[in-house]
Amino acid sequence: MKRSIAIVAAAVLAMGALTACGSSAQETTAAATEAATTAAEAAETEEAATEAEAAAEELSGAVATDGSTSMESVIGILGESFMQLHPDVTFTYNPTGSGSGITAVQEGRCDIGLSSRALKDEETEAGLKGETVALDGIAIIVNNENPVTDLTLEQIAQIYTGEITNWSEVGGNDEEIVLIGREAGSGTRDGFESITGTEDLCQYRQELTSTGDVITTVSQNPAAIGYASLASVSDQTKTLTVDGVEPTEDTVRDGSYKIQRPFVLVTRDGEALSTQAQAFYDYAMSAEVADLIAQAGAVAIH
Amino acid sequence: MYIAQQKKIGRLSSLPIVTDKRKNMNRHKNLESIVQLIFLILGLVTIASVLLITIYLIIAGIPAIREIGLVDFLFGDEWASTAAEPKYGILPFILTSIYGTAGAMVIGVPVGFMTAVFTAKVAPPRVRMVIEESVSLLAGIPSVVYGLVGMLILVPGIRKMFDIPDGASLLAAIIVLAIMTLPSIINVSITALEAVPKEYEEASLALGATETETFFRVSVPAAKSGIAAAVVLGVGRAIGEAMAVMMVSGNAPNMPDSLFQSVRFLTTAVASEMSYSSGLQRQALFSIALVLFLFIMLINALLNFLMKHDKE
Repeated sequence: MKRSIAIVAAAVLAMGALTACGSSAQETTAAATEAATTAAEAAETEEAATEAEAAAEELSGAVATDGSTSMESVIGILGESFMQLHPDVTFTYNPTGSGSGITAVQEGRCDIGLSSRALKDEETEAGLKGETVALDGIAIIVNNENPVTDLTLEQIAQIYTGEITNWSEVGGNDEEIVLIGREAGSGTRDGFESITGTEDLCQYRQELTSTGDVITTVSQNPAAIGYASLASVSDQTKTLTVDGVEPTEDTVRDGSYKIQRPFVLVTRDGEALSTQAQAFYDYAMSAEVADLIAQAGAVAIH
Repeated sequence: MYIAQQKKIGRLSSLPIVTDKRKNMNRHKNLESIVQLIFLILGLVTIASVLLITIYLIIAGIPAIREIGLVDFLFGDEWASTAAEPKYGILPFILTSIYGTAGAMVIGVPVGFMTAVFTAKVAPPRVRMVIEESVSLLAGIPSVVYGLVGMLILVPGIRKMFDIPDGASLLAAIIVLAIMTLPSIINVSITALEAVPKEYEEASLALGATETETFFRVSVPAAKSGIAAAVVLGVGRAIGEAMAVMMVSGNAPNMPDSLFQSVRFLTTAVASEMSYSSGLQRQALFSIALVLFLFIMLINALLNFLMKHDKE
């Protein structure tokens, strides 16, 4: 009798193990929320804690954003901390791409559109307004052994399209250049290619799926060149100056470092946002989120 | 497992129980059917998952093939999924997967097979223990670790040894895959070799054949379908591997026209683009998964055939 109970217990345990797969995902979400909580708390203590608490009483409803996949980390951290401040507000982010985000806000399918490029003239003429919330700097990295320290934007484009194939052509050793890039669809790749004007033309030797892999690979190969988000570069690799300008938060902010792009919040000009969407807009544009934006790997402008 | 449990319960219920025998018997019967029901449900979970995955893959994979065209999809030699004019030809991935797997077998089968013969027939017990322990350890190493070691040691090593600009290549992937398939080849081959009746070998030795002659002329032919199954299992392992391969093969969608070319496998084609994909690109990735799935089904069917053959 005891033994058969044990068998039933074992079966129940086995079923428990099956369901456990589901719960681990929940744990991750819980951990993520926790992280956001601490981030939000940091922001709160920074400034105007009382003000935020007072505002929390009033706001409710939904804030819908739609657009650039590159802005995922920035908008994610802003949205999470905003929801921490205003628990009744539901914040959604639909990662569809800059173009779709702009269309969505134009058609009124979301409150705020997200674009990782400046608005085009025809878009502003169609009644849209864009304001930059943060800047994204992309660093060009080479192996520490590489003697080259500076490239022009044009040289970088020529290297990636295969016009320049040897480091000696740009003042380096006589070695074939090995182009390291990111996979199709990556925001960093999209940003790099659109700034250098090399869309669909890059002759990649390796397409890697994370910034970390790019940095490791470049650090392993003396002839490699790669690109990575400014926030993630370290002394494992050498960061090149572009047109003589070193990429730092300051040079990205003042625009002298060329390989950068704006993260833009897009709204319909002259039309009032809902109270909660306006509150989020103001929150994202305020100086108190500077640390959060830096944490997400971008450069805050305020 | 199932049968073993049943036997246990069976034995238990036949034990002489003095007090209120009939009531206890009834209770056992109820318990029995509950336990059987639980086992049935657990078994159905497996079948349901297989069905769900198969049906989902087919439903998700067909639309893109329809839109692109089966011939253009399977035999197109260019993949540029995010270009202004996207191209969805997966011939480079198919060929890479076939070449990569074949290459891994060319290296892995002789090494694995010889190791199996040595372990099963020649090695003294202590050596045998060491080999078996290391093989099972090798099987337990996560693929991302193979990838990482490959990325940090193998790829730079190939670059220096062959004096080429970059070592991330088909060759690097083949070497990693060969090592990763060794455990399955060795383990299944050992089992097959050990199943050869001792009388065969003794008869051969008694007729004056040397030990080596006996192993290769008698034991191996007797175990050949089991060894073939080991190879097919290795093929299955190699063709389905994604993580390790992604880290060493360079992952550019080139035709695999040289061992030193940077290439992309079927598995890595799905894995590398899935996270940011949308629209037709995403659907095409599902279609690639469907093609991969068909490959694996084919390999499984072959394996089943060999196993059945072995039993007969």
